[in-house]
Amino acid sequence: MGPEESFEQFKECAVEVLQVDPAKVVPEARFAEDLDADSLDLVELVMALEERFGIDVPESELEGVETVEQAFKVVSSKL
Amino acid sequence: MHRPAGGPPCWPLVTWPPMALLAGKRLLVTGVLTDDSIAYSVAALAQKEGAEVVLTGAGRGLSLTKRVAQHLPTPPPVLELDVTVPLQVANVAEDLKERWGALDGVLHSIGFAPQSCLGGGFLDAPWEDVQVALQVSAYSLKVLTAGFLPLMQAAGGGSVVGLDFDAAVAWPFYDWMGVAKAALESTARYLARDLGQHRVRVNLISAGPLRTVAAKAIPGTAALEEVWGERAPLGWDASDASSVAKACLALLSDLFPATTGEIIHVDGGFHAMGA
Ligand SMILES: NC(=O)c1ccc[n+]([C@@H]2O[C@H](COP(=O)([O-])OP(=O)(O)OC[C@H]3O[C@@H](n4cnc5c(N)ncnc54)[C@H](O)[C@@H]3O)[C@@H](O)[C@H]2O)c1
Repeated sequence: MGPEESFEQFKECAVEVLQVDPAKVVPEARFAEDLDADSLDLVELVMALEERFGIDVPESELEGVETVEQAFKVVSSKL
Repeated sequence: MHRPAGGPPCWPLVTWPPMALLAGKRLLVTGVLTDDSIAYSVAALAQKEGAEVVLTGAGRGLSLTKRVAQHLPTPPPVLELDVTVPLQVANVAEDLKERWGALDGVLHSIGFAPQSCLGGGFLDAPWEDVQVALQVSAYSLKVLTAGFLPLMQAAGGGSVVGLDFDAAVAWPFYDWMGVAKAALESTARYLARDLGQHRVRVNLISAGPLRTVAAKAIPGTAALEEVWGERAPLGWDASDASSVAKACLALLSDLFPATTGEIIHVDGGFHAMGA
């Protein structure tokens, strides 16, 4: 799967879990401020991404993650 | 003494082959939010010990509960139950009545306090917030126990187990949640008093700190974990809820038939040390 396809799938998960407009899920979007996601939303998003990509994301790697780009990087590094 | 071939030396005190601890038990497990939840460990181990399990989830967390339910050995049904909504308690009771006709045990693994009630500012938390902490974290034990009493009576008795954090002393940061736990402890004793006649036991597990969503909402838990690990004679692993879950299983089983109104510490022995 190429990075573009992965990002599309990442985006689908984010749209489904966070219930946001797909156009808002851009690399520089901040979860809290731009996507209105609280900590439970993020926990659920990570779970959805783990299922979608068949990966395991340890919580320690998510510390300090604030934007879509940062989160996508963590996911990409597991693929 | 008559003893089946290959049986254990102490037959007939135990059955052989050994029965699963919770074989045939029908359990309602509240409080599964993520796979770190204490209730998740309880549900997973209970299934391995032969129990049939139904989970409940609440409000914003319901979709998460449904997701993590799929990670359990046997994905169980997930029903909606916010303890502050009487209709949802009644609906779950109705569902269980149709599903099982009776209920053997309930795990109460529910706690919540608004931010103002935690992490300092004890003197400033408004009653509107304190009241939420008390309702969701303590009064809810009565709500669940009373709501499912008829189903436990239909089973000839039952076991209600709640999760506690030692309320005998004041803790850094725990604030009104600590007061709510004191109320939970007292509520459990009164429920034990009133429900013994129905053979319903009500007990609490007083757990050491575990890294769950609820715990992360409380500032200062990292420092507490460290002290705990050092002071507890058995040590303490805040990332492993299985020791707490096993004690819940024991209380939900038939191994504590004459125990009610009790608080069992599963904290590595921390509570018994002076320093
Ligand atoms: N984690 C610890 O260090 C620790 C220590 C001792 C006791 N406990 C207790 O264990 C129990 C479970 O917490 P946890 O640590 O597993 O965290 P958790 O966040 O995984 O579970 C808390 C649960 O409470 C539920 N809840 C909140 N409001 C509710 C409502 N209105 N109706 C129904 N459910 C509601 C949530 O959905 C969630 O499933 C709590 O009572 C908590 O106080 C936790």
